[in-house]
Amino acid sequence: MVKTPIITVKNLVKQYDDFTAVKDISFEVFEGEIFGLLGPNGAGKTTTLEIIETLRNKTSGEVIVDGFNVDTDAGSIKKRIGVQLQAAGYYPNLNLAELITLFSGLYGIKVSPMAMLEKVNLTDKAKAKYKDLSGGQKQRFSIATTLINNPRVVFLDEPTTGLDPQARRNLWELIKEIQKAGTTVVITTHYMDEAEVLCDRVAFVDGGHIIGIDTPDHFIDTLVASGFERKKEVKQANLEDVFINLTGKEWREG
Amino acid sequence: MKSYSNLNATLAIAKASLVSILRSPSAVVFTLAFPLIFIVVFANVGGGGLKVDVGVAKTSDTSNAIYQVLKKVSVVNFVTKSSTAEMQKNLEKGTLDAIIEIKKNNHLPPFTINVKYTKASQDKGNILRSLLNSILYKANTAASQAPPPVAELHEATVSGREYKYIDFILPGQLGFSLLSTGVFGTAFVFLSLRQTLVIKRFFATPVKRYSIVLGEMLARIVFALMGAICIILIGHFAFGFTLIHGWVTVVNMLVLAIAGLIVFMGFGFTVSGIAKNESTVPPLSNLITLPQFLLSGTFFSTSAFPKWMQPISNALPLTHLNNAMRKVAFEGAGLGDVTHQLLILGIWGIIIYAIAIKTFNWEA
Repeated sequence: MVKTPIITVKNLVKQYDDFTAVKDISFEVFEGEIFGLLGPNGAGKTTTLEIIETLRNKTSGEVIVDGFNVDTDAGSIKKRIGVQLQAAGYYPNLNLAELITLFSGLYGIKVSPMAMLEKVNLTDKAKAKYKDLSGGQKQRFSIATTLINNPRVVFLDEPTTGLDPQARRNLWELIKEIQKAGTTVVITTHYMDEAEVLCDRVAFVDGGHIIGIDTPDHFIDTLVASGFERKKEVKQANLEDVFINLTGKEWREG
Repeated sequence: MKSYSNLNATLAIAKASLVSILRSPSAVVFTLAFPLIFIVVFANVGGGGLKVDVGVAKTSDTSNAIYQVLKKVSVVNFVTKSSTAEMQKNLEKGTLDAIIEIKKNNHLPPFTINVKYTKASQDKGNILRSLLNSILYKANTAASQAPPPVAELHEATVSGREYKYIDFILPGQLGFSLLSTGVFGTAFVFLSLRQTLVIKRFFATPVKRYSIVLGEMLARIVFALMGAICIILIGHFAFGFTLIHGWVTVVNMLVLAIAGLIVFMGFGFTVSGIAKNESTVPPLSNLITLPQFLLSGTFFSTSAFPKWMQPISNALPLTHLNNAMRKVAFEGAGLGDVTHQLLILGIWGIIIYAIAIKTFNWEA
């Protein structure tokens, strides 16, 4: 398979008044993959993401998304991407169907609100307010709003933080479906098990630098080959497997 | 790909915002309920006209002609139920304006009228005094068959429009409703959209910044006009608010409402830019709305204020909106007759939007 880059970041730097959040980062995201940006809080993941999403100005470097430069063609990029922000709210007092209609107006695209909600399994919540949804439902709704303009790339910033194991697995399924439909996904997360299950490739970010990019498998193989061993004998299951086994895989609401 | 329409994006925001406003209780209360409550209260307080409360002494004869004539005079309100002691007390307090006692005599003159006035209510006492004089003069001259009087009095009243208190209070309440919708509504919505990152999420779509601002303004204008129409119609049909040229007057008032609201929203944008969080919005907004509420002739004519206060009143935008509204509604002026007021509103608009552009903040 020929890997064509859909996002190219070269020597990206973001300098704030008193500190440098992003220090000379370069990477590529290939078309059709799920790409993970991993790292501790304050590593510069969100800043990097928001620069690519055209929401934040960079200090220097070059960012190309689907052939468009963020400096000269931010408008074209906005039409081609879907963005889920960490902790973003939605317009107050509107129900989900009305919010989808609002976003379809903002994108200048006619969509059926029910069809969009169908994609994230929220048709029964069409008349509900965003603030009354459970954590998992909120994230699924946020993802629905990123799909309205049928984007080439979807950016998800910590979509599973704070969710219970069932909701997390449910969201993984949704993200995999988005990839299957041909959309590239860029995701940030703190959970390594999540990255291992979802991501085709991951980049580790720390202190504003990228300290490694590869497939999860290759990272693990390299580490093992270097003689690394876990302190404890690895069992065939972990506690989360027990939790899922006991409580069932089904998605719970509320 | 179909070309992107900024107009459609603006309208999408306007529609969403309008739905949101209509579902928010505070907006509806401030725009509709408050002004209507004030109108109901003041329409009833101010609508009574002049009454002179006259206590009728227990010893008074009430079957005579003089009593009956007085009873028919609309200004006189006879109080008969209270006890003598109560009447005396009320007279001292001024809740009674006078106590009258008409006595039938078995000798001439056939009637003696004793009237007790009070220093607590001298104006109304004087009204009763001249009323009595005129009635007794007529009665006495008719009885004595005196020669024709030196001069004959002919009275005429020019028929004019009755200026009711509702004609004063309604435009003031309408103006204040526009002020609070413009300042509070705009300040809160932009602060909260900014803080909950709704605007940031909007910026990830192709929407232009001006579409967001215009959409929000449009929604507020439509909402305020709906409120204004309600206030005017309820005022007209329930309280007899004067609309000289009917619908034309209503339309003129609505045009003024839009002009005023646009200026007031400029204050709202400024507040949303200066305010650091939700709790600083109310004090900042009150700082703008309260002085105008009190000094712009919302309840009382600014001409009743002390001289040194008048220049302050005359500098406030709401004063000029109120004046223009009253001219249009009651005097039947057209928009061309209130250009002075519109000009001052325009100057306020330019100043406040210049400040708003400097202080407005898109990011939290």
